[in-house]
Amino acid sequence: MIRPALLGASTVLAHTPSLIALGSKPSREIARDGSLYSSLLDHVRDFPRVVGYAPNQAFIGAIHPREMGPRPYFDQLIQGASRYARDGEIMPEQEFFGLMALADRFQLVRLAPSLAISATAALRDHPLAATWELDRLALAAGNVEEALANGATPIYRAGSLAATISPGHPQDSNLNGAILAENLACKASGALALSHLLAHHDFAPASIDYVLGCAEEAVGDRYQRGGGNMGKAIAEMAGCVQASGADVKNFCAAPLPALVVAASLVAAGVFGHVAVVGGGSLAKLGMKFQGHLQHAMPVLEDTLGAVAVLIGPDDGRSPLLRLDCVGHHPVASGAATEAILDSLLVAPLSRLELRLTDIDQFVTELHNPEITEPQGSGNVPERNYRMIAALAIRRGLLARTALESFIATRGLPGFAPTQGHIASAFCYLGHARRALMASQGARRIMLMAKGSLFLGLMTEQSDGMSLLLERNPRLEEKG
Amino acid sequence: MNFAGTKVIVIGERDGVASPAIAACVQAAGAEVVLVVTECFV
Repeated sequence: MIRPALLGASTVLAHTPSLIALGSKPSREIARDGSLYSSLLDHVRDFPRVVGYAPNQAFIGAIHPREMGPRPYFDQLIQGASRYARDGEIMPEQEFFGLMALADRFQLVRLAPSLAISATAALRDHPLAATWELDRLALAAGNVEEALANGATPIYRAGSLAATISPGHPQDSNLNGAILAENLACKASGALALSHLLAHHDFAPASIDYVLGCAEEAVGDRYQRGGGNMGKAIAEMAGCVQASGADVKNFCAAPLPALVVAASLVAAGVFGHVAVVGGGSLAKLGMKFQGHLQHAMPVLEDTLGAVAVLIGPDDGRSPLLRLDCVGHHPVASGAATEAILDSLLVAPLSRLELRLTDIDQFVTELHNPEITEPQGSGNVPERNYRMIAALAIRRGLLARTALESFIATRGLPGFAPTQGHIASAFCYLGHARRALMASQGARRIMLMAKGSLFLGLMTEQSDGMSLLLERNPRLEEKG
Repeated sequence: MNFAGTKVIVIGERDGVASPAIAACVQAAGAEVVLVVTECFV
């Protein structure tokens, strides 16, 4: 069997304050109370404050999450922070709107002429400019007022109409402007992450055989609401001309089964190099904005997150994905927390005769608590780590007094925007790869993600999956 | 604990205790469960 390895990982953010009002929660609340829109505008962040935000710098790999410093992060910006870092970038809005227009193959995105010109000029200076057909942006420039009058979904920037997205079909609710905005934002951000991955690690786009999409959008039409294949759409935009693709769906947990499928395809020799890509979720922008307004904070859910990773054959140095240590959440495990964690952690580790205390880092859902706490959702990663530590105590592996140190040393502070699948261990893979390749670095990192299947009303079950990443033994042999 | 004769609305949370587990407990204690909902807050 070919040993599958994590050959690279990229993470990007797109700062999209003008898309917050299109998010599911803000759009519903603003429709109910129009005054919320001006409150929202009063609390959006400008680009420098987004770049200097420590969790965002951790997201793109400039700093480790443990180096974020004290909270509140939004009040203590990192001076001199750059939009570019070793894992990716934070893209400003006008460039991202240009990218959304480039992602659109059907001329449904229309940009106000001034925005089209400024976006084109900015993207021409981008390190990945050669990837994109920037001349096509001229086709997107047009009369946005006319498009709005004809039923397009508007996007306002600084109080003026900046862009529109027209419905793909007048009678197909699955192709309306709002849904296409979500799908194009996902495609554009996912393609940006994939292009960074290829450029940073010097992989030729044509060397990618397959792209698995694992984001949250249901791409389809009235006859097939979730028809899919964002993976192939992203492959095309990133120039992966020899790749095909497919999507893996599993609510927020999707990146984990996608990684396992990708590693399995490589291990079986079906494909040589498989990328796993998750674009951002527009629907989740501003999900907790009312909590932020109530606490006089900036609206922190103003960025789309996207991740791309490459799985390929063991290169002698990259971390290995241990397919003999995959945990899944069987139907029989039901809803009891201990049974779920047993299935996801204890059972797969037992197969390798490993214990919870043999894992250097557990990577769960790394939502930034500064986003979730003001709305009463608590500190999600800390809650998860507390349960893992409790499991270790219950199994006699840890003294009760060691609970806090277990969390501090084997857990991680949350740093991801509340972009569901992106926060679910996926966003940490750049850091994980570095930790497993560093001299005296980590030996084993366990990824774990959970998905809220019950939200789709097809079952009361949730789901989850875990996967062990291991330091490459040949790394030590090379010294 | 005895829940006999009581009607119970169960609201669980995926990252805490999911509602089917709570429902099973209160049913075992004699309650009539009238609504079971699990929420996800992220």
